Amino acid sequence: MNIPSSIWTLIVGIAVTIISLWYGQNHGLLPTAASDEAELVDGLFNAMLTISTGLFLIVEGALIYSAVRFRRRPGDDSDGPPIFGNIPLEILWTAIPAILVIGIAIYSFDVYNSIGGFNPHGVHEAPIGEQAVRMPGAAIAATLSDTPPNTDSNLNQQKSDAAMQDPATAKVRNADQIPQRQNAPGVGVVSPSIGASPDQEGTSPALTINVTGLQYAWIFTYPDTGITSGELHVPVGREVQISMTANDVIHAFWVPELRLKQDAIPGRQSEIRFTPRTVGEYKLICAELCGPYHGAMNTQFVIETPEAFEQWQQEQIANTDSQQLVAVNSADLSPAEFLAPYISDLEIQPEMLHQIHHTHH
Amino acid sequence: MTQAQLQESANPAQSEEHGVRKWRDYFSFNTDHKVIGIQYLVTTFIFYCIGGVLADLVRTELRTPETDFVSPEVYNSLFTLHATIMIFLWIVPAGAGFANYLIPLMIGAKDMAFPRLNAVAFWMIPPAGLLLISSLLVGDAPDAGWTSYPPLSLVTGQVGEAIWIMSVLLLGTSSILGAINFLVTIWKMRIPGMTVYQMPLFCWAMIATSAITLLSTPVLAGALVLLGFDLLAGTTFFNPTGGGDPIVYQHMFWFYSHPAVYIMILPFFGLISEILPVHARKPVFGYQAIAYSSLAISFLGLIVWAHHMFTSGIPGWLRMFFMITTMIIAVPTGIKVFSWVATVWGGKLRLNSAMLFAMGFVGTFVIGGISGVMLAAVPFDIHVHDTYFVVAHLHYVLFGGSVLGIFAGYYHWFPKITGRMLNEFWGKVHFALTIVGLNLTFLPMHKLGMMGMNRRIAVYDPKFETINFICTMGSYLLAVSTFPFIINAIWSWMYGSKAGNNPWQALTLEWMTTSPPAIENFDKLPVLATGPYDYGMSNADDEEVEVPLSDEREPALAAGPNSALRADPDPKFAANPEDRK
Repeated sequence: MNIPSSIWTLIVGIAVTIISLWYGQNHGLLPTAASDEAELVDGLFNAMLTISTGLFLIVEGALIYSAVRFRRRPGDDSDGPPIFGNIPLEILWTAIPAILVIGIAIYSFDVYNSIGGFNPHGVHEAPIGEQAVRMPGAAIAATLSDTPPNTDSNLNQQKSDAAMQDPATAKVRNADQIPQRQNAPGVGVVSPSIGASPDQEGTSPALTINVTGLQYAWIFTYPDTGITSGELHVPVGREVQISMTANDVIHAFWVPELRLKQDAIPGRQSEIRFTPRTVGEYKLICAELCGPYHGAMNTQFVIETPEAFEQWQQEQIANTDSQQLVAVNSADLSPAEFLAPYISDLEIQPEMLHQIHHTHH
Repeated sequence: MTQAQLQESANPAQSEEHGVRKWRDYFSFNTDHKVIGIQYLVTTFIFYCIGGVLADLVRTELRTPETDFVSPEVYNSLFTLHATIMIFLWIVPAGAGFANYLIPLMIGAKDMAFPRLNAVAFWMIPPAGLLLISSLLVGDAPDAGWTSYPPLSLVTGQVGEAIWIMSVLLLGTSSILGAINFLVTIWKMRIPGMTVYQMPLFCWAMIATSAITLLSTPVLAGALVLLGFDLLAGTTFFNPTGGGDPIVYQHMFWFYSHPAVYIMILPFFGLISEILPVHARKPVFGYQAIAYSSLAISFLGLIVWAHHMFTSGIPGWLRMFFMITTMIIAVPTGIKVFSWVATVWGGKLRLNSAMLFAMGFVGTFVIGGISGVMLAAVPFDIHVHDTYFVVAHLHYVLFGGSVLGIFAGYYHWFPKITGRMLNEFWGKVHFALTIVGLNLTFLPMHKLGMMGMNRRIAVYDPKFETINFICTMGSYLLAVSTFPFIINAIWSWMYGSKAGNNPWQALTLEWMTTSPPAIENFDKLPVLATGPYDYGMSNADDEEVEVPLSDEREPALAAGPNSALRADPDPKFAANPEDRK
């Protein structure tokens, strides 16, 4: 039986579509989505994977089919057909990818807006100061005393000052040593943020946590309660704002289950907001190379029920009171003190360390 | 007569071999573009082997979740040197090597426009490479990653970082000198009958590549000089402690280093566009479309750099701008991929090693291209930035793309360069091992990244152990895959069967002279009796192949020799009477 090629094309097309749609939903490539924002990102990924699977199957299929069907037969040394190209076909395969990527771009734009990428609307809010409007040429005419002092608000400085109001945060940050970046006027926002999602715009987050990155640890301070912790605990269902900066080099705050990542940069105050949804213990990872022990710079991220969170807070407050946490500045600690938490993390027994000392002597 | 015979009879190569190079020439400051081309190709391959050893050391450390092979400091040096060597001492100069060897031959010139500059450009590479590797002996190898972001790069080893900066500055300078030479050579030294619309697509690719090199490499040099001042003189251009801005470095670095991705892939797009039609025995599909798409990629490549910085310090609207420009690059790249598939489709494929590597290139590069579009989507990139997903993506592009392209080029032009054929059986073994090894190594990394494994770490979560073990085994297979090639190349260079002038019956001008070509390439100026891709013109009437949407009467719609997209022969010398208009 001779099946015409148009039928074959149709059958292949349907098969590719079905496989792509199925794989786009059943890939198992992403971990649990633990926040509202994560669900949106997953939806975007699934859509991209569906299109990608289709494209992948078509290209690889065409290559493999050609290798089998159009291979040179023994004894045939002649050339193939002289086909040089076809403008309508070129237009077709320019237009289809163009439409696809524009579609993906619009979808991404929408997801980015929904997770709060455009909030606060830095473009509209940052005031264009008088100085910025002044043309360079005008400076020739102006005398020095005419130039007004720069009174533009330094957003990073304000945020840094606000965070330093919290004594616990002030203890772990070195804001006095690192000048804060001034925003350029107009659109020149220098500190990135993922703000509130559009439905929560204008509201203030239920819980604000200051995060400080340093080689090689994350320190979380809770201004509301004065807690300092090496683990990040948040209650489920309440919107959280993370205000982060770094003390030494660039670090990056990443929780795979939140699909959120943000660099913590010395001299800048970055913010992200999200609403945790799924109770569980996850990993919080430093995702920007920060030195030899970069791989060990991760900690627990716990989304817990409000009751468990309340209990955890009480324990922390009790701990803080009893221990009178003196200094977290690593330079002030003896090596043994500094390493203690890591040693317990690595499950090294004190006896083992003792033995190592012996062999050295 | 076949097309190849027509082209050959119009360009008779001299029969007697003369001007044979002595082996000493290859170790000297020689200005012959062919000597320099071979110097580039062999030197870069040696660096590839060194970089490969470093990669396997990295993978050996990652075989288990603990640090049990090297110290974390050494681990960071290993991946820093691996990336720097593979980029600046292997893929970028390997492209320059092919360009040096092929451009003058393809356009019918005796040599490059600036032969001495050419030799200078090459001779900057060995000292720069040795300098970089010497940092291992000094005991302070650079370990801030190949991106070398401050402030980290300012607080790790000072000597190692200074060596890294010096070395990359030298290599960047070499790259700029090469680019000037390629542009001027292509522009001024073509044979009189060859317009830009008749030159081989590799030349188009090198115009696009050289333009990027000239525009963006100086910015990297600027960034590195400033970084060097911060490091050695205590300035604070990028050091936040003194009020400097580390994000400015990232902008300057990526202003070069993203376009550098195209510097690393465009030359091999060009090679593939040469190799596929020869072994498919069919004209390249859409010559002009492929040529222009190279230029489009070259231009767009300059305005996408900040997609490497979606999680650092740029505002929302800028993230969107760079997302859209990045995604649009998929369009000209798609034109190339579809045109290559259409070139192969319906041909008479000679599935030899060169063709297998070229088709493998298209197949694996597509995976890297697809994951590239995904990475451009800001919300998804925020999740996978700096993870193994990115590692997988960049290796599909640079290994599955560039390196397979280089190997395809080796197999295709080895007979021209050495005058001898490579062994086909071992070539196919090499291909099979490479394809399996590369997919085993890099495909599982996509999943690793999405599930939560970040890059540049020596210790990782034990739940990732199985997948990492697979990746490590794949990388060992890749190491093994190189041996058949090395042995095959050395053995064939000495004892392989003689190639003859045009073993592939190709039409471009480098095949219209002896193998290896004489010292000044051609006895008399070659001519384009046929277009560079006019395969199958002689049997135009034998078989009708249907091309959808085509109409032979209109050049704008035609698929055959009448097509507006074709690269025509020189009307003065055209073998086919219809082309003598």
